[in-house]
Amino acid sequence: MSYVVDISEFPGHDSREIGGKAAALGNLYHGNFPVPTAAAVTAGAYDTYISSTGLADRIGLELGKKDFRDMRWEEIWDASLRIRNLFITTPLPDDLAETVRKPLERLFHNRPVAVRSSAPGEDSSEASFAGLHESYLNVRGSDAVLDHIRLVWASLWSDAALLYRQELGLDVHHSTMAVLIQEFIIGDRSGVVFGRDPSGKSRAVIEAIHGLNQGFVDGIVAPDRWYCDRATGGILSHEPAERLKEMVPTDAGISLRDLPRDRQDIPPLDDKDVGRVYRLAMDAERVFGAPQDVEWTFNESDLYVLQARPITTMADAGTPDDRRWYRSLSRSFENLRELQARIEDDLIPTMIRDAERLASVHLPTMNDGNLAGEIEERIALVRDWEATYREYFIPFAHGIRLFGTVYNDTIRPRDPYEFMDILSSSTMLSVTRNRMLEEMADEIRHNDALRHALDAGGDTTSCTVFTSLIETFVNTFGDLTCYDAQCTQGDAAVRVLVREMASQPPRENRDGRNALRDNEDRYLSFFPDEKKTFARDLLALARASYRLRDDDNIHLGRIRGGLADAVTEGRQRLAARGMTLPRRIAGDDVVTCLRDPEYRPRIQMPEAASDHSHHERVQARQLIGQPAGPGIATGRARVVNDAFSPADFTAGEIIVCDAVDPNMTFLIPLAAGIVERRGGMLIHGAIIAREYGLPCVTGVPEAIHLIDTGDRITVDGYLGIVVLS
Amino acid sequence: MDYDVKHVSVTDTTTLTADVGALFANQPLAVLSTQADGQPHCSLIAFACREDLSTLLFATTRATRKYTNIEKDPRVSLLIDNRSNKVADFHDAMAVTVTGTAREVSSDDKPSDLSLYLSKHPHLEDFVTAPSSALIRVTVDTYEIVTRFQHVMKLHMKQ
Repeated sequence: MSYVVDISEFPGHDSREIGGKAAALGNLYHGNFPVPTAAAVTAGAYDTYISSTGLADRIGLELGKKDFRDMRWEEIWDASLRIRNLFITTPLPDDLAETVRKPLERLFHNRPVAVRSSAPGEDSSEASFAGLHESYLNVRGSDAVLDHIRLVWASLWSDAALLYRQELGLDVHHSTMAVLIQEFIIGDRSGVVFGRDPSGKSRAVIEAIHGLNQGFVDGIVAPDRWYCDRATGGILSHEPAERLKEMVPTDAGISLRDLPRDRQDIPPLDDKDVGRVYRLAMDAERVFGAPQDVEWTFNESDLYVLQARPITTMADAGTPDDRRWYRSLSRSFENLRELQARIEDDLIPTMIRDAERLASVHLPTMNDGNLAGEIEERIALVRDWEATYREYFIPFAHGIRLFGTVYNDTIRPRDPYEFMDILSSSTMLSVTRNRMLEEMADEIRHNDALRHALDAGGDTTSCTVFTSLIETFVNTFGDLTCYDAQCTQGDAAVRVLVREMASQPPRENRDGRNALRDNEDRYLSFFPDEKKTFARDLLALARASYRLRDDDNIHLGRIRGGLADAVTEGRQRLAARGMTLPRRIAGDDVVTCLRDPEYRPRIQMPEAASDHSHHERVQARQLIGQPAGPGIATGRARVVNDAFSPADFTAGEIIVCDAVDPNMTFLIPLAAGIVERRGGMLIHGAIIAREYGLPCVTGVPEAIHLIDTGDRITVDGYLGIVVLS
Repeated sequence: MDYDVKHVSVTDTTTLTADVGALFANQPLAVLSTQADGQPHCSLIAFACREDLSTLLFATTRATRKYTNIEKDPRVSLLIDNRSNKVADFHDAMAVTVTGTAREVSSDDKPSDLSLYLSKHPHLEDFVTAPSSALIRVTVDTYEIVTRFQHVMKLHMKQ
């Protein structure tokens, strides 16, 4: 059985077998368009691979873990990462490898090729899901080609594809993927032409850049644009771009570089080239019977068609859901570097200044009107920062995943999360905070007088070391005041906490610096010399991304805390006047109360418990989530809900929460394990748990409702399950 | 391997054991029954079987009820069958009831038992090899083989 079909034989094959992209290229080839030498690895090869290796069952197991409707974007990233790793670590069976390798070697010898996805149904005119699957350029040698075929297969299950699983009909038993192998054309000028401009139907539009077409990804390289009249073919207008960069081939793969000075002033196309590209689109339109979106490239004066597909608007254009935003989270290395500069040089310093400004305002001396105004300003400020967080900070977290992808592709570890170990950093704010708490606890352990004074609730100012530690702590991190429930004011909460910590043996320090160094050297050793700089830069980016994933939460927490302080001040004034207030009150309700003495906020009655008349009770016995920190722990559950108060927490309990709040992380060094409703490896709780070596399970739906404080539970951080005894 | 066949008129143990072996190869799952303090407890497990039918293998995490039950009382029973939930099952289906003793596989035996288990359930590798999981070996005492609704034969395994 042959799994490789030459482009000359494409028309005899069903597009289910060779995929939509290959089928379209076959038509171009037979229409005498200038297309590169190509072959398709059929969907049958994919089917044989996943059934003979047992991968089909493992993918099914992975996808069956949780209902997709309950998954957050981080969990979808994770599921896709784990599936991708199954492909990376599962080689092709020998006979299949040879069946694929031989004809490819005959066709391409050792010439570099592009390895592209060609999914059945992809590029049809009904729905366009361009960019859901992967393509790789400048792949050389049959071993590398076989490896990249597996990566393209894995992209059938990319996070973007998983988001569109319903529209794609994505299903482990029926979905399949063909792969197009094309001779790699070293384009010096590239672009796309839309035979009919979606926003101006009487004209065609051409976009062109210097270098390879991949410069378009993420808009890294801005294109020159030409509009042509569909009636006459004449150029209507030309919009030049600022030409600074180009994408070029390297020894293996491609990279971005500065565009040489002498080409910066020259448009990628002259008028004659524009005419050639325009005619290409018109010819393709005649062949396919509808306006086409054609990807092309020039190698000197030779023009090649790389692919053509009908013009469609993205299937998700205008959909009300968040998927477009999710997809925008996938960023290139270059884009992430820009994001990092913006975040580190501008956003974080501004955030810190804002938090300090809030802390410096003396609320008690404000009159009611001014306090009401202050609360409103703070509400607006928190809203602005939350929007910024979504726009900049969350996409930057993709740096961790980009690193993970490169790490797994290069090193092929069994554990798809091995890369996390190299990212941890002792400079993380929450780790610094917990180290300071540990120092205070240590002082209490060794100072009897201090310990007795704390137990008696007495004066501790005589212990200057402790006083200065606690002052520094409160100045740096605030007073651990929680911001949306009843709060312990001042440094009392810190005192209670460090006293509890002091009653425990000191937590052994995970001094990972040396191990970290070894990991780093090992990681770099997998890259050839010419790629080491990239490997180092990527690691630095990923570490910044990892650190910020945590720090940004803490900074945002301080600003929210500033709002909470103002609301609490208002609330206390109202309570002092004898007003009955709900336990939870929105900031704008407090504002209205302060301005209008007649206004009374609505007090919400708790919902009546639902009636379980047919059975006495339903009890969770074992819950499934995702493994987020290896280890096993059994202990008393401490559920973080409305009734939770940090002061109740005792060492050795297992924290069960909706989401580890940044203002709650100080409890984590005392906990035996963590269970969290929110899922994913990149969430705050998972990162902190990993930092402290705690067993952690995330993505447990309804965790805080199914588990009660006091339940004896076992957290299995290897398998991602929670057992209630 | 010798079998001591009782309660049956047929003495063709080769056919019988071949039928049981074929059933076990085609059925990934078994019902496992454990008990503690007189309270029986059934679970569905993915099992594998040694070729000579002397032992069955399955895996569980240590925090489960079946694991704690086995720790208290290692006597277990399993049911493996090929029913399709149709009336035809009354004449076509085969069911095998197993009795035996369950023990966690020792570290010496682990490599061979593990490879046997994974050859049948390769997709469970992550589960079985997790530090929180235990591989359990059931040393079989008897097999009761039910066919044609009420045709029952019993195999006693040599200990």
